[in-house]
This record gives sequence, structure tokens and C-alpha cells, in this order.
Amino acid sequence: MSFISFPCKPRRKPADLEGQSRPTYSPQKSPLKNEDKMRPFTSLTAALLIGLSSLTMLGLTTAAHAEINIDITSPVIEPMPFAVPDFIDEGGAGDYARDISRVVAADLAGTGLFIETPKDAYISNITSFDAPVSYPDWQAINTQALITGAVQAGGDRIVVKFRLFDVASGQPLGEGLQFAGTPGSWRRMAHKVADAVYARITGEGPYFDSRVVYVAESGPKNQRQKRLGVMDYDGANVKYLTDSSSIVLAPRFSPTGDRILFTSYASGFPAIYVMNVGNLKTRNLGEVPGTMTFAPRFSPDGNTVVFSLEKGGNSDIYSMDINSGAMTQLTNSPSIETSPSFSPDGSKIVFESDRSGTQQIYIMGAGGGEGVRISGGKGRYSTPVWSPRGDMIAFTKQNEGRFHIGAMLTDGTEERLLTASFLDEGPTWAPNGRVIMFTREGAGAGGQAGLMSVDVSGRNLKAVPTDGPASDPNWSPMLP
Amino acid sequence: MTLLPKAILLVAALALTACNNPNRYKDGAGANGGAGGNGGYVDTNGLGDPSNPKSIAYFNQSIGDRVLFPVDQSTLTPEARGILSGQASWLATNADYAIIIEGHADEQGTREYNLALGARRAASVQDFLISQGVSPSRMRTISYGKERPIEVCSDEACYSKNRRAVTVLSMGAGA
Repeated sequence: MSFISFPCKPRRKPADLEGQSRPTYSPQKSPLKNEDKMRPFTSLTAALLIGLSSLTMLGLTTAAHAEINIDITSPVIEPMPFAVPDFIDEGGAGDYARDISRVVAADLAGTGLFIETPKDAYISNITSFDAPVSYPDWQAINTQALITGAVQAGGDRIVVKFRLFDVASGQPLGEGLQFAGTPGSWRRMAHKVADAVYARITGEGPYFDSRVVYVAESGPKNQRQKRLGVMDYDGANVKYLTDSSSIVLAPRFSPTGDRILFTSYASGFPAIYVMNVGNLKTRNLGEVPGTMTFAPRFSPDGNTVVFSLEKGGNSDIYSMDINSGAMTQLTNSPSIETSPSFSPDGSKIVFESDRSGTQQIYIMGAGGGEGVRISGGKGRYSTPVWSPRGDMIAFTKQNEGRFHIGAMLTDGTEERLLTASFLDEGPTWAPNGRVIMFTREGAGAGGQAGLMSVDVSGRNLKAVPTDGPASDPNWSPMLP
Repeated sequence: MTLLPKAILLVAALALTACNNPNRYKDGAGANGGAGGNGGYVDTNGLGDPSNPKSIAYFNQSIGDRVLFPVDQSTLTPEARGILSGQASWLATNADYAIIIEGHADEQGTREYNLALGARRAASVQDFLISQGVSPSRMRTISYGKERPIEVCSDEACYSKNRRAVTVLSMGAGA
């Protein structure tokens, strides 16, 4: 097992981070302009996102001098102390003020990159969102990042605003931001605050405002009941999408998160279905009697599904135009070809095949073909998944009776194993390509399946909280 | 004390049903499942009297309804071929039964691969039965991968029983 640093995009300076569609920041621009630039957030259910004009004056011209940052690719990371005093109730916020600040703190601390400075260490408190920050009081307790916020609630609307301060250098880091939404979306607003803080300090893309679809399990191992569930990335807001009347396996989100592909035994035989997440309408993708279809994934444009089709005992990879139903066979081999996954640009497909005698990982063009083997180590390699950044392939590896989750570059080099256990399988990438979630199952009759996550660095291995046993997680893209 | 033997018989019958119910993989409360599909193939309780050589119970117990496979293999062992030859002979004289061949894998593999592996195993059995004269129109295959082990320990004693293909019968081939 090795932990070599992967090449990655050069870490941008924090000053460049606020809004990737925004090349430069100019405080003269009108609030309306700012709103335009923030369009990625504006479709939050019944929500608006506005740059606060009063806050934007504090913006990036000062932040450019900020010193706090975390390079998450460095071999050793000392978690950065941060403080999130309870957000200020600016009217009608009630419990939301505290609850939102607690979710922000949990998001940040949950990365393992940050550690929260306990409240009882505070020397001063934040009593007004607009009052000047007393930096020495926060420097004295060795916190490095201070997040202040305020919440207003009224009617069917909550408004959350926040600022991030670099305590050591005594200045704001980036501009303040404001999010608005319905009370039901308060956790999303908290995740957006935490995402902005995480992105500014690490230079990585955000991932907290995302969902995970998975298989919720119950019952004994030999009579496992399975149903689809979807939850926030941190396990909250669980909603069940199917009942347990049929075995369901391996759900996968569409690139916009609006649909879910999965395999179900609803007809009595395993076949692929597609569900509309909004109204839960589900349709069979076109079952051909005498065949089994499984292991589906969307193409990056959401118009094509790649999957395995088994006929007469032989599984090959096919693609289907999801609108017309037209199918194309991509592999043609007497071996098992399965678990296809598109590259983010849609030009290639990584998949597993046992044509060499054991499961190994291959890459072919999106139009099909023989493929080039990329896995070269000992053992069996399976369930390859292309990173949303395009730079890595996550996989399951079996070797000497153990299962591992690993990642390698797309040419198969720099393989590293991130986990080891009795049974780990089925990695899925966070939207920023920095965290992997997977299934871990225990041995024997009492062994339960659960969800785990780990940084692609191998750090911060931890259980993802779920209502009960769970498997086959699939991470959504960032929510619209 | 005539009740007691009856009770024992009943328990025995229930146990038999539990072991052999071909619908045991259909999740949910309803014995025949809500989703249909299997309905034409599955007979929940009609396994019959195991002493009746034309019953499903007899097939399951005396002919042998399953064959086992080595790790990550779908090739039939000589022992498996013997069992399947017996199945083919029995099926030739009991032509009214429809057949589903289930392929299963042990838990030492990833979910999707094991689905494909289970399908390979089921197809091996189907191909052999066809070669022995069983009509393809009577048979369908289904893979459960590692979703439905019959033994749940995590060592070879259980794995060896889970790497199986099961020939599941129901009335209604000609129906």
C-alpha cells in the first residue's frame, strides 16, 4: 500500500475561489451582476442567492492576502482549528440559527481537515453580524478560521448569511454570502455555507450540498430485504424510494441528479429501471425476455446508459439511447464484461472483464472495442468508477482473502489502496473527486452492510450514519 | 395425545416448505409477491408428497435439485453432471413442470460480477439439460448473484453450499 501524492490541478489561491464562473472580482459591480454570477445556486428549491452588497465591499481585494489554507494533498495534515459561534438570530430564526451553525461545524469537522474550537474556550462572543470582529480574542484561543453568520426567518422563507475570517491575519477571507430558501431546505443552506468555507480554504470543489442514493437493507443475510433510499451526504433527510417487495441493487444518479438507474427483480427477473426522482415514476428500460440487464450508469450528458446484458450466461457491455431505446453492443467476448463507467468527458468507458482469467480493469472508447487493460497488480480488480475530476479510477480489489477500495491514475499507475477489510466494495466519488464512499460488510450471520467514506488520500476513514444496514451508495452531483 | 404427532407433522411440513419454497426469494409479505412475473413459474405450496415420485418434493429431495461449483467456476463437475442427468431423466417423464434455474454465488466477490457469475452457472446447467433432451421452452434462468445465500457463515463450509445452481420446478409448463 502506498500513499503517493497524485498530480492534481494546481491549487488555486483562495482569492480565486469564490464562484468559479467569475474570473475576477470587482466591488463596483452591482448586486444584480453578482446574482447573475451565482446562477449555479439559484435553482435551490424556491431559493435565491444574492451577493450581499454591503458584504461584497469586504471582498477579495483583502482576501488575496489571507494566509489560511489547507493543501489536502499534502502527506500530513494538521487539522485547522475553526470556530462557528451560533449564528445570530436576526428575527424569527429560533432554533434554525443554532442548528444551521451546528451543521456547518459538522460538515467541516467531518472532513478531518478541520477541528472545531470548543465553545467554552471562547473569550468573546459574536453578538451582532455586523460588529467588528475582535481578532485578538480568537487568536488567543488558537482558532484560525472564524465563521460568523446570521439567520432571518419569516413566512416560508429563511435567509442565511455568513462571513469567513482569517483570524491570524485579521481579515475576512472572501466576501460574505447570503442564501435564501424554504425552512425545509435549512440543512442545504448550512451545507452551502460549509461548502463555501471548505472551497475557500482548501481550494477544492465543494461537496457537502449533495445527496446519496443507496440500498437500505433489513432482515437476515439469507433473506435480505432491500429498498432504495436517498439521503443527504451526511445521512440526514432519508427518504425511501421503493418498498422492499423486490430485490433492488446498485442505484446510480443521472448527471443532474434528476433520475436514478437501478437493477430490480420487480418483474421476477433482474432488469434495469429508471426512476424520476421528482415524482418517483419508474419504468423498465426495456427488458428482453431471456436476458438479464444490470450494472447501469449514465453518460455525462444523461442521454445514454451503459450497462451489462447477459444472454445465455455471457455478459457483455451495451449502451442504450435512453430516449429511443436503441441499443448498441460495445463488447463482444465470451468473458464477463461489466461495471462500465464513463469518463467525465464522455469519450471513454472504464469497465471490468475476466477475459484474462480474473477480473481486471480495462478502458475502451465510448463506441466500444477491445479495451486496454490498466490494472496490473496482484489480485482481482473490479467496479471501476471514473473520478468526476477525470484524473483517477476508483476500484474494488480482492487479494489474499481481503477486499480493498483503491484508486489509480487512468493509466493504471500510482495504485494505492485506501482501505482493507473482510468485504469492501462499490466505491462512489464525491462531486469534488476528493472523497470516496463505499460499502463495508461484516462477516458471518451477524455481519451487516454499512456505508463508509474515506479521503482519496486514505485519510479520514469513517462510517456514514444510516438508519440501518445499507449498501451500494452512489453520490449525486452537486445539487442544482 | 393425538395432537402431538399432528403438531410434529405440521412443523415438519412447514420446515419442508421453508426449505424448498421456490418463491423464497420473492421479498415482501405476499407469498406470490405483488409484482407478478414469477407467478407462472412459482408454486408456493404445491411441492407434494416426497414419497410420490412425481412430486416436486421428490425431485428436490431424491433426484437432487441443486449442483455446486468450485470458487469462481461455472464448469460442471462430474458429480454435478450426474445429478443433472438424473434431473433430465426425471423431467422427461414429468413433462408438465416448468423450470427456473437459479444461479448463485458466494459472498467472496463484488455484487455485479457475482450476478454475471450466477448467470454463467445457471446457463451451464441449462445447456447441460438441453443436451440431455430437456426442451429449452420449459426453462428460464435467473441469477441472484450473492443476494440469496442459503448458508450465512463466512467460511468455506458455507460458501461451498452457496455456489450453486438450483433447478426450481413449478406446475404449468403446458399451461
